[in-house]
Amino acid sequence: MDFKNKSIISIRDMKRDEIDFIIKSAEILQDNWKNYKDYLKDRILGTLFFEPSTRTRISFETAMKRLGGMVVGFSAPEGSSLAKGENLIDTVRVIENYCDAIVLRHPLEGAARLAANYVKIPVINAGTGAEEHPTQALLDLYTIFKEKGGIDGLNIALLGDLKYGRTVHSLTYALSNYKVKLTLVSPPLMKIREEIIEDLKNKRIKITETSSLDEVINEIDVLYVTRIQRERFADATEYERVKGSYRIELKTLKNAKKDLIIMHPLPRLEEISQEVDYTNHAVYFKQVKYGLIVRMAILLLIFGFELK
Amino acid sequence: MSEQELRIRKIRNGTVIDHITAGNALNVMKILGINGKEGLVVSVAINVPSSKYGRKDILKIEERELKQDEVNKIILIAPNATINIVKEYQVIDKKRLKLPAELKGFPRCVNPNCITNSGEPVETEFYVIQSEPLKLRCKYCQRITSQDDIFKQF
Ligand SMILES: [Zn+2]
Repeated sequence: MDFKNKSIISIRDMKRDEIDFIIKSAEILQDNWKNYKDYLKDRILGTLFFEPSTRTRISFETAMKRLGGMVVGFSAPEGSSLAKGENLIDTVRVIENYCDAIVLRHPLEGAARLAANYVKIPVINAGTGAEEHPTQALLDLYTIFKEKGGIDGLNIALLGDLKYGRTVHSLTYALSNYKVKLTLVSPPLMKIREEIIEDLKNKRIKITETSSLDEVINEIDVLYVTRIQRERFADATEYERVKGSYRIELKTLKNAKKDLIIMHPLPRLEEISQEVDYTNHAVYFKQVKYGLIVRMAILLLIFGFELK
Repeated sequence: MSEQELRIRKIRNGTVIDHITAGNALNVMKILGINGKEGLVVSVAINVPSSKYGRKDILKIEERELKQDEVNKIILIAPNATINIVKEYQVIDKKRLKLPAELKGFPRCVNPNCITNSGEPVETEFYVIQSEPLKLRCKYCQRITSQDDIFKQF
């Protein structure tokens, strides 16, 4: 499979064999990544962050540097808008002259696809608008694959704000390539958009929706927790109540399977109690390392190196 | 009134738009910017029986030809329409509209957070995923723009 010079724009563009190929490549890299430390030594990665995301940016920059490459770029400070002035198309056309690949984070949907249409170097989408964050979805799949030994056959629960969560949307589409049971757990107001369910109708994935984690906790193999944001609520009391009822504590896990894994895209606030960190369920910090490995694999692949 | 009877009242010069999806003649007039103040002679027939589609609308506009960009918009709300150009009581050209698989430049994407709505020098692009009622998927943000969303843009 040839990823050389390919852009990574949307998980929806990717077929199962392509996703599996990236997972396989990451697995090869997992224990041998030090052998690849000079592979990208003459390459420069441009990281264009039109909205801030410290974690994603550091992950990509570390991935590039671990492979011997260099990084240039910028990150918009919180609340500012770099989008003023020069348009995105001109910006990427300028940056194309400096580097060999672009990592793009942008507040608007479709920005990465637009950028990729105007440059000859590969563009990696590092999060655009509310919809797409393909490398996050790939690292989530890789985490499940590594921790559970495979993806098919699992019952995977997504918990929290499923309506606005970018990670949730990308992960849902990614999982739809697998034969899994997807359990969507959210407050009624934060159910996943009907449009997404509609999109997945003809896929192999089986979806059930509920508002109660208690009802399903004993059946699930993976619990993917996301944050419920304050901004979505008009009423502070209502927010506290909803937030409290979806918080993961030791007692929440009383009936859980022994080998349940708990994931989180981070940063975590109060949605997972710290006491859970010390259980065997918690894999959210390992997820960060898997993310680094997946991004290293993606960089190697788009620069034309096959991992064998 | 039968289709036959409708054909009897021929216009001398102008355009007859036939087989408009029932109930949409007024929207087609909106697309054409016809509000009656132009002084054009316009006949509108709404929800008339049609052997082919059950019901349909018909619009006859005298002394007016359609521009291509108007035709392209009409397809979006009346995919089965036919456009007859009439000169001296004769239909000299008859076009059946055909909805293409992909659209470019029209309509706008319904998603306010779409990159195509941000002032970038780029045209909208859509895949037509359903023709009736119309559903378009934006090539950039992937959101669905529906028939109703398009009506709101007129
Ligand atoms: Zn769009």
